[in-house]
Amino acid sequence: MVNSAYMKSISQIIYIENGLYKQCMQTVTLIPGDGIGPEISSAVMKIFEAAKAPIRWEERNVTAIKGPGGRWMIPPDAKESMDRSKIGLKGPLKTPIAAGHPSMNLLLRKTFDLYANVRPCVSIEGYKTPYTDVNLVTIRENTEGEYSGIEHVIVDGVVQSIKLITEDASRRIAEYAFEYARNNQRTSVTAVHKANIMRMSDGLFLRKCREVAENYKDIKFTEMYLDTVCLNMVQDPTQFDVLVMPNLYGDILSDLCAGLIGGLGVTPSGNIGANGVAIFESVHGTAPDIAGLDMANPTALLLSAVMMLRHMGLHDYGNKIQTACFDTIRDKKVLTKDLGGNSKCSEFTAEICRRIQDMA
Amino acid sequence: MRIPKQPPPARYGGRHTVTLIPGDGIGPELAHHVRELFRFCCVPVDFEVVNVDSSMASEDDINNAIMAIRRNGVALKGNIETNHNLPPSYKSRNSLLRTTLDLYANVMHCQSLPGVRTRHKNIDIMIIRENTEGEYSSLEHENVPGVVECLKIITKTKSLRIADYAFRAARATGRRRVTAVHKANIMKLADGLFLECCKEVASGYPEISFDSMIVDNTTMQLVSRPQQFDVMVMPNLYGNVVSNVCAGLVGGPGLVPGANYGEDYAVFETGTRNTGKSIANHNTANPTAMLLASCLLLDHVKLHAYASMIRRAILSTITETRLHTADLGGQGSTSEVVQSIMNAVQSTGPQTLSI
Repeated sequence: MVNSAYMKSISQIIYIENGLYKQCMQTVTLIPGDGIGPEISSAVMKIFEAAKAPIRWEERNVTAIKGPGGRWMIPPDAKESMDRSKIGLKGPLKTPIAAGHPSMNLLLRKTFDLYANVRPCVSIEGYKTPYTDVNLVTIRENTEGEYSGIEHVIVDGVVQSIKLITEDASRRIAEYAFEYARNNQRTSVTAVHKANIMRMSDGLFLRKCREVAENYKDIKFTEMYLDTVCLNMVQDPTQFDVLVMPNLYGDILSDLCAGLIGGLGVTPSGNIGANGVAIFESVHGTAPDIAGLDMANPTALLLSAVMMLRHMGLHDYGNKIQTACFDTIRDKKVLTKDLGGNSKCSEFTAEICRRIQDMA
Repeated sequence: MRIPKQPPPARYGGRHTVTLIPGDGIGPELAHHVRELFRFCCVPVDFEVVNVDSSMASEDDINNAIMAIRRNGVALKGNIETNHNLPPSYKSRNSLLRTTLDLYANVMHCQSLPGVRTRHKNIDIMIIRENTEGEYSSLEHENVPGVVECLKIITKTKSLRIADYAFRAARATGRRRVTAVHKANIMKLADGLFLECCKEVASGYPEISFDSMIVDNTTMQLVSRPQQFDVMVMPNLYGNVVSNVCAGLVGGPGLVPGANYGEDYAVFETGTRNTGKSIANHNTANPTAMLLASCLLLDHVKLHAYASMIRRAILSTITETRLHTADLGGQGSTSEVVQSIMNAVQSTGPQTLSI
């Protein structure tokens, strides 16, 4: 581990010549996924090639296998690749119903301790929705809360589901939220909670957020009830900046915000884990009905890849690709079916590549 | 909306007695306007005012209020503030009232109102939310320092009861479709039980189509195409989220009334239950929600003529943009709006008290 970091820094130094800093290729683990996954992944790879982004893709499959001891786990080569590269890009994964193993997303989350789900929601000019000027980020705690999966039948007809809130997880997500705000020039962080009803659990979450806010005095910290956020979000989404919240509220609010900008087909998403691992993904489904027909819309995966570039510090490439994508959508000449046009996925991809090459 | 099954509350000398709990924030001024309007219209309703002091730790105030509601059967209430910085033993007063009186159904009818500019048009959704259990059970404990568990309880009896209420309400109002909102893919046992109960009840109402939707997809659909929904039934927390989203879609918290029905009691309030602390006593609050809630109250006690008269007057005032209050983007004041409603009543209605 130390060696590869050392080698990486050495190779970066070697490449500085005549004041020109040539970045070395960085490896990213690519998980194409199922359904339309492979098509949109290849679309993203093509666009990155056109932009000459210094990314080397390592394709891996994450279908669960039964490891020693009978526990389901992701294939060891996928895990090894991810541990090495630390960055992943994932397409949509099929949730198996009768395969016997848990959902792949859950498995990935547990394997890499992906504790923060980040969804920046920015209105896309050219893809009209009733809401314009949306520009907010939802940061959702992804490991505990209402989705702990701890449920019991107390007596016949009475079920209890346990919502777990811990100090450590709350502190971790709050710290991530403030760090994110600072690194991305965001001005305020709002904690979303229901502490008037769930006094102890959301109260603990809120206390941790307040404590962390003390260390980030340059960022404005506010607290708002979940219902007030929902009420204000559908009337005036411009008043929100960064939102941090526990699992269930995060699930609902992040999908609400995705709906504001046009749905899951155009929303990027990133999962940040412990040990520096980050997996960026498209959150839409596998769309088996259009798989293989060259009709898929790669925007969601592309924007997630842009998020990934920004995470890696490659802001120039990220901006270039994002501008090309938004310009194509704004132009409305070459759009896939779900965006209101009738072009093929390959045509949409080619158009974006053309714009990138024109920009260079 | 009352389902004809409960006996009307007791009347003395032809006049109804209704408990009035002003609450905090904008509650007292809105309660005052309701009384003013009722007196002007000669509505045969007397209000028994019970004040609940939210800063007191003892539960005497809220118990008095509950006793008054038991006595009268009907109440109109403002929201009582919950200071969540107090220790957890201090329960939310509003929650206490709902669970003690077993007001199991919270009904919120969100309709697009004429004259109010919103991004979406033609919304007509009835939201029926389980009001007493689910995530609001207030059962929390800290087993290990730093780890808090909060219990969400779903029972078969209450789920069946709320599902039954939803289908009866749909049948009574001629609605065609009931959608259950849940998260049973994650909370398999809890929301799974709720969904099963809804399906069971649905089988007894063949003329009403029943479907279900996961809560995150529901919110996404609500902001893109809210016209697809008719009646929605759901557990407590999702009800909170969905009702606030719908209230925002039709114009905000100042426009939608809410009703809480139990077997024996009914309590009416604003739909989104806000205290409006920041605009209290500024004369800028929108009285529409509270006044429409009082119309629901009049319908409940079978004073339908008065209810329609006041409702008509409110709707005609809403269409006048220059009277819109700040939450609707205008600059009108609360008293102007109420005055205009009274004028509208006077010009169309029966004998009214001279101003």
